[in-house]
Amino acid sequence: MTRPPADIAVVAFAQTPCRPRTGDVSEAEMLLPALRAVLDATGLRTGDLGFVCSGSSDYLAGRAFSFTLTLDAVGAWPPVPESHVEMDGAWALYEAWVRLLTGEADTALVHAHGMSSAGTVRDVLSRTLDPYTLAPLWPDAVALAALQAQALIDAGRTDEKDLAAVAHRNRTAAASNPHAQLRGPRPQGDYVVQPLRTGDCPPVGDGAAAVVLATGDTARRLCDHPAWIRGIDHRIEPHAPGLRDLTASPSTRLAAENAGAFDAPVDLAELHAPFTAQEVVLRTALDLGDDVTVNPSGGALAANPLMATGLIRIGEAAARIHRGEAHRALAHATSGPCLQHNLVAVLEGDRP
Amino acid sequence: MQADPAPGSLTAPLTLSFPFTRSLGPVLGTFLTGLRERVVLGIRTPAGRVLVPPTEYDPATGAGLGETGAFVEVAPTGTVTTWAWNPAPRPGQPLAHPFAWVLVRLDGADTALLHALDAPGPHAVRTGQRVRIRWAAERTGAITDIACFIPDPAPAAPPRPAAPHPGTFPDPVTTLTAPARLDYTHTPGRAQSRHLTALARHELTGERCPACAKVLVPPRGACPTCGVATTDVVPVGPRGTVTTFCIVNIKAKDLAIDVPYVYAHILLDGADLPLHGRIDGIPHDQVRMGLRVEAVWTPGTRHPAHYRPTGEPDAPYTAYEEHL
Repeated sequence: MTRPPADIAVVAFAQTPCRPRTGDVSEAEMLLPALRAVLDATGLRTGDLGFVCSGSSDYLAGRAFSFTLTLDAVGAWPPVPESHVEMDGAWALYEAWVRLLTGEADTALVHAHGMSSAGTVRDVLSRTLDPYTLAPLWPDAVALAALQAQALIDAGRTDEKDLAAVAHRNRTAAASNPHAQLRGPRPQGDYVVQPLRTGDCPPVGDGAAAVVLATGDTARRLCDHPAWIRGIDHRIEPHAPGLRDLTASPSTRLAAENAGAFDAPVDLAELHAPFTAQEVVLRTALDLGDDVTVNPSGGALAANPLMATGLIRIGEAAARIHRGEAHRALAHATSGPCLQHNLVAVLEGDRP
Repeated sequence: MQADPAPGSLTAPLTLSFPFTRSLGPVLGTFLTGLRERVVLGIRTPAGRVLVPPTEYDPATGAGLGETGAFVEVAPTGTVTTWAWNPAPRPGQPLAHPFAWVLVRLDGADTALLHALDAPGPHAVRTGQRVRIRWAAERTGAITDIACFIPDPAPAAPPRPAAPHPGTFPDPVTTLTAPARLDYTHTPGRAQSRHLTALARHELTGERCPACAKVLVPPRGACPTCGVATTDVVPVGPRGTVTTFCIVNIKAKDLAIDVPYVYAHILLDGADLPLHGRIDGIPHDQVRMGLRVEAVWTPGTRHPAHYRPTGEPDAPYTAYEEHL
């Protein structure tokens, strides 16, 4: 893939703390602090934004077109050019990036939120599966991830001890992340669906995140250390888990190649792996060795506000570049059962 | 009045049920009709792979498979390719007692089918295990016509290619009705909870935007034009002005109101955003823009039953022209 013709950077990122139950706030009220934080950080007002794009899921809210209410938090007057993806906000960021590439805008606001606690998320996600051969069996997200984990164990790629270590490392890292829901190691606990134990699964939580993208000199004006998007791509595999080799993620690999992930070493990677075994698959697909810091935020095992988790990976990677803690970072987001759909972004700071 | 920073936010159960009726098309319709007849069909791709369950398009090339008639019959026996023990089955899942989720590659197929395996415990399940279909007693043309898989003590038969099948059955299944029910706990949030709690006291309230000073009714927590949180609770009404209206002539299902009736936008005194309400106490053909109305409360209810004329002179157009 050719490199993008325009310089586009993440210039601001904010997220709300991820909480097991937000109960007292509406989705717009939950999102508002994250939106205000990125607008205040850049000094932008809503009317200044060239594009607004969001990611969320009506299935989580249990209401059709629930995302339209979050426009209240954006402040859509004068009318803003706006779009929405019924997906993780990482794909909203991709749409915004494409919009900036067209040259029609030089700034974009991307936001995402998920209130998983409103319903029974394991059952809710089963409704997003193929309605003919999968959904009538009500296979939940943990069951599908457990089939993938067992396939990895059978292939000799991991075992329960390794998976526990993945959980321990992510949640230990989360101790320094004030937004994480599980800030420190947890016992692995009992099997939820064998071979996955409670500790191998993400917490159910509610949260929101927002990112501002900007081009070229605008980015330099809005941010001291812009996190330039050197490449970004997403690839999808067939939906049916029985059609795929669950121990590999060719879509992640291809997206990473197209995003330029292998052109130079990265300092850190933020991986969207809600289940421990999925981190094993992703590390292989992305050639991540022990020299790369993976998920310094704690990742999805420490906080998993569905539909915002992937956008938070990009935001966390960018924030470390903003703070000068990393120079080149990889961010990954996933969607669908067993890592069906994967997005990889490569972010870089300016050389000092 | 300052907003209570920590009000008792309201919650309510929200049950969603959506019994979708889906048309199946030639590939899935044939596959599911086959299950009704205790026949498992796959589809052969041009490259020779046998897909079970069949897909309408070749996952490798995107070529349509439905018109090729390349159905093949595979065996009701197969091999577990991966499994996961489910100690606590959830509503709707194939078995009510603990079972193993399995991906099974049926003999003659190149891909695996997701289903349940009825086994005494995780110790009795392994990858590579031989299993066979247990058919449901009553079959309708659905994936649940396979009740589950069970361990198959017979040794694997020598591999043999899947046999071509015409894919035709009497009385084919063409649609699938998929009932689904999800239960949620809906929360309207802080601002709407304050509004609804006041309504239950028969008080109408809005909230003021600190940026543009407009009073929003009903408040939803953020000013939709400025994108900032509203904080000050402001009493509004109970009188207001009809800004626009419509006459409803079609009776809604489950609504005990006789038609025709009038549904109006009402700009409550002190508010900058009109809310919706039904107008009563006046013949429907006499309702007009500018009509002055007031909320009517029925004892024991949490919101106004309707709005009725106050008898005041109509408001001039200039009083509400900014709010249409």
